[in-house]
Amino acid sequence: MYEFNYQNPASVDAALAAHQDADDGLFLAGGQTIVTVMKQRLAMPSDVIDLNGIEDLRGITTRDSVISIGSMTTHADVAANADVRRLIPALSDLAGMIGDPHVRNRGTLGGSIANNDPAADYPAAVVALGATVHTNQRQIDAGDFFTNLFETALEEGELITKVDFPGPEKASYEKIHNPASRFAIVGAFIAKFRDGVRVAVTGAGPCVFRLSEIEDALNADFQAAALDGITVSSDRLNSDLHASAQYRAQMITVAARRAVTKAGQGDRT
Amino acid sequence: MPVVSLTINGTSVVKDVAANTLLVQFIRDELGLTGTHVGCDTSQCGACAIHVNDMPVKSCTMLAVQADGCKITTIEGLAPDDNLHPMQQAFHEHHGLQCGFCTPGMVMTAVAFAKDNPDATEQQVRRALEGNLCRCTGYQNIIDAVLDGAKAMREAG
Repeated sequence: MYEFNYQNPASVDAALAAHQDADDGLFLAGGQTIVTVMKQRLAMPSDVIDLNGIEDLRGITTRDSVISIGSMTTHADVAANADVRRLIPALSDLAGMIGDPHVRNRGTLGGSIANNDPAADYPAAVVALGATVHTNQRQIDAGDFFTNLFETALEEGELITKVDFPGPEKASYEKIHNPASRFAIVGAFIAKFRDGVRVAVTGAGPCVFRLSEIEDALNADFQAAALDGITVSSDRLNSDLHASAQYRAQMITVAARRAVTKAGQGDRT
Repeated sequence: MPVVSLTINGTSVVKDVAANTLLVQFIRDELGLTGTHVGCDTSQCGACAIHVNDMPVKSCTMLAVQADGCKITTIEGLAPDDNLHPMQQAFHEHHGLQCGFCTPGMVMTAVAFAKDNPDATEQQVRRALEGNLCRCTGYQNIIDAVLDGAKAMREAG
């Protein structure tokens, strides 16, 4: 790992100031991606600004049917939280499926979505649930947040503070995972709200995306059979040593069908 | 140079450490506790699993400076002197290893899991070990060992 200055601020303001003063500052959240990237010398920040000491960025609160999750809340804490379990069990399930127990004990919501790995799980929940990403300077709608491969709407030095997730009538997340990394080869998050269904797919493309054809079918009839005959084009989908674009295209409908079936069984209307 | 102050296996340690030192490097190279292993550079294998404040984490994916103020347990600290922890004993009895390289990480993960899940099923054990890779055994004896070790821990209270 290259050398860097380590900073451990206790507040959001101190973290922002440290980033502003640095030549090339890097916010360190759970570190489950970025520490690996740094040790492989694929990143060379001048200053690593550790967010783990900022208590204000941790924790889960509930107001009406909206769950607010602090950006530095770990996957393990989201998976185990009773309010998340009650209001959005699919989000709890998703957090419990990320990586492995060690990763879930360190990895955070904010770190995951800021990194926007094409195979990460959280982006699917953020988009399908129509979440709102709060930063130190503004609120960003889920639909505007994830812009491209490893790219987001975040500006240099902008820090995610929390994400608000509205509770759906029904929701479910299903993924076909890579057995070595547990990243999604394809993951589908389906959320049904009073005003309609949103379907977000991760792992398959350069960035999380919605599938209007599947949403339309489920808006007409919220059951797996409604997806009969729907095929997804493999154009612009990822192809790598784990799976071809054609395989991913087919797995999107498989994951979506499983998710709809599971959401229907939940009957949490 | 930053200073790190922590407790490892019950002993207090205060040391200067370069910011770019991984926790696993600190444990092995600075403290000489070489039971914690490094099996990959991609945070996937779990051979470096330890407990930080009683939670299993991968010590190759954390900076040593981040452990400041923490309570750390490594494989060397599970049982006093030459005794074996019930989970270590179960790995021994079930031959839950061949080359042994992954074993410290397996045992550390298993101990933390069994504390929280004393009545775990085989399927839950398999899920709990998803972050620990073994290239020898085919896992079966490891699963048997963890189920039995969890039982022994439960009976020992």
